Amino acid sequence: MDWGSILNNTLAGLLTPTILAFALATLGLAMHFGFAGLLNFGIAGFMAVGAYGYAISVLTFGLPWWAGMIMGVAASVVFALIMGIPTLRLRGDYLAIVTIAAAEILRLLFLTTAFEPVTGSADGLFGYNNSGGFADANPFPPGDYGWGPWTYNEQTLWMLVFGLMVLAVATLLLWALMRSPWGRVVKGIREDEDAVRALGKNVFAYKMQALIIGGIFGALGGIVLATSTNVSPGVYVTSLTFFLWTALLLGGAATIFGPVLGSIIFWVLQAFLTNILPALAESGILPVSGIQAATLRYVLVGIGLMLIVIYRPQGIFGDKREMTFVK
Amino acid sequence: MSSNSESQKSTGLHIGVAAPGVKKVDPILVIDSVKKSFGGLTAVDVEHLEIPRGAITALIGPNGAGKTTLFNLLTGFDNPDTGAWSFEGKQLAGISSFKVAKMGQVRTFQLTKALSLLTVLENMKLGAKNQTGEKLLNSLFPFLWRKQDNELEVKAMELLRRFKLDAKKDDFAASLSGGQRKLLEMARALMTDPVLVMLDEPMAGVNPALTQSLLEHVLNLKKEGMTVLFVEHDMHMVRHIADWVVVMAEGKVVAEGAPDTVMKEQAVIDAYLGAHQDTDLGVVTGRIKVISEEGK
Ligand SMILES: Nc1ncnc2c1ncn2[C@@H]1O[C@H](COP(=O)(O)OP(=O)(O)OP(=O)(O)O)[C@@H](O)[C@H]1O
Ligand SMILES: [Mg+2]
Repeated sequence: MDWGSILNNTLAGLLTPTILAFALATLGLAMHFGFAGLLNFGIAGFMAVGAYGYAISVLTFGLPWWAGMIMGVAASVVFALIMGIPTLRLRGDYLAIVTIAAAEILRLLFLTTAFEPVTGSADGLFGYNNSGGFADANPFPPGDYGWGPWTYNEQTLWMLVFGLMVLAVATLLLWALMRSPWGRVVKGIREDEDAVRALGKNVFAYKMQALIIGGIFGALGGIVLATSTNVSPGVYVTSLTFFLWTALLLGGAATIFGPVLGSIIFWVLQAFLTNILPALAESGILPVSGIQAATLRYVLVGIGLMLIVIYRPQGIFGDKREMTFVK
Repeated sequence: MSSNSESQKSTGLHIGVAAPGVKKVDPILVIDSVKKSFGGLTAVDVEHLEIPRGAITALIGPNGAGKTTLFNLLTGFDNPDTGAWSFEGKQLAGISSFKVAKMGQVRTFQLTKALSLLTVLENMKLGAKNQTGEKLLNSLFPFLWRKQDNELEVKAMELLRRFKLDAKKDDFAASLSGGQRKLLEMARALMTDPVLVMLDEPMAGVNPALTQSLLEHVLNLKKEGMTVLFVEHDMHMVRHIADWVVVMAEGKVVAEGAPDTVMKEQAVIDAYLGAHQDTDLGVVTGRIKVISEEGK
């Protein structure tokens, strides 16, 4: 086994545009579920709306890249309103059903050949970052940057710096919101919305605001992802939503840095397993084929999610005291 | 104690003979033909009821009489089949619950609703109305709300001290006992500076030693100009602090009057006995004895 390359790949996985994108989406989930108690099982849909909104705005409508990104964010606000208006007055479970369905509907709409000229159907969208786009706005001169496993060319560096900036702003925003009286109301709604209503707060409006803000974070995740890879309908699947949930619960749902660190841990672990499981299979330590070994990691993710929820429901970074009072 | 509290009682609240639906001199809440059924069961059917302003009104009646349901209807937590009611002259039918609370008609719940994973102090601060920092955009700029938040903290601590919860201020509400949660919920409701406080069984599960101070506290609310409407099964408390008693049975108001007279009425005794004939007569007769003893 080539331990050197396994280690190298794993360490490189610590900082990639993809991880930053997933961390952003997980932050959105933290706003939704961790702080506001909104069961959003369609976070992949929010990411898709952001990514497609950005790419379509640039490719079909010829907007500049930054305007395209703003359109992607605006589209996620509309998406949140469409899902929130009918469901936020109902019990929490309804939002869960609607979000999971809406994300699937959206993905199938992007996948269908009916809108191929705009959505690219199964091929997805690409080339929107080129000529005059995001890639051209790169302030870094050509060359190699960084060290060891973290060596990047100027393009990847630009994606990383951009992603990190967006993530930093989003994290700061979430922190500022949640320490404020606004955050207090939102957390109160998570605990018991009738009690908050009885104190004269417009619960529906707060839930809507929380849904929109978390949705924007999700869309920004999709946009950051779109700066580094093509926009493809195969990415925004329901299993992505559940990976994001795992990362959220791993880090601690009701924390600020938990979602970010949870995402890093989760995807680095994924990178590690992707590398080591086939290697183990090849060297005969695992009695399975290489392909089976690759799918084995999904089994491990499922088991991991169960273990977290059962033994550490507050996540790695959650408040220990909360453990005692899990409802 | 009793003579002291008697002297605090408000009298002359009604016009004419005390009977169900009697007019009040200065009603704060006027209810007209409010009806609510769950399937075939009529939970509330109140033809006319006025709640006097600036007084403490007790709403009593056997289990299942419809007291909590009436609370839910009046505060917008449930919608009646028919009926209208007004609070300080403003029509409230169809108004959503948070707006009702904003107007100053604030309630607590029979099944306590503490916000478990918020600290006791956060629970309290959440109660205050018109907070600048509760608006999304303002919340990002602490200099806009910090001062108000600090003032609220002072006010919250003062209330917590009165309710003997100040030592618990940094604990999660989930760690409070059942009785402490009742107290917290009541204190939190007071943070809203209500005009009318509606308490659903405030004394249920509260330690008798604390009951006395709570009674005093409720009496203080009246002194501060608030109107109190409370549901209670504890007849000692009702007799001790209520200025007016409304008795419900099977959804209807069956009697109204000053506490010392209304409890002797046949309709009230019937209501309590009637509803319990098949269940726990021992308890009920015990209770009626308490009432009649106190009536002497
Ligand atoms: N959501 C509901 N669905 C069906 N029936 C209900 C509902 N809420 C209350 N009821 C019924 O309405 C009647 C009145 O209930 P309510 O809770 O108002 O009684 P209560 O006077 O508050 O009694 P208690 O003193 O025991 O609290 C009861 O018979 C109850 O079974
Ligand atoms: Mg009740």
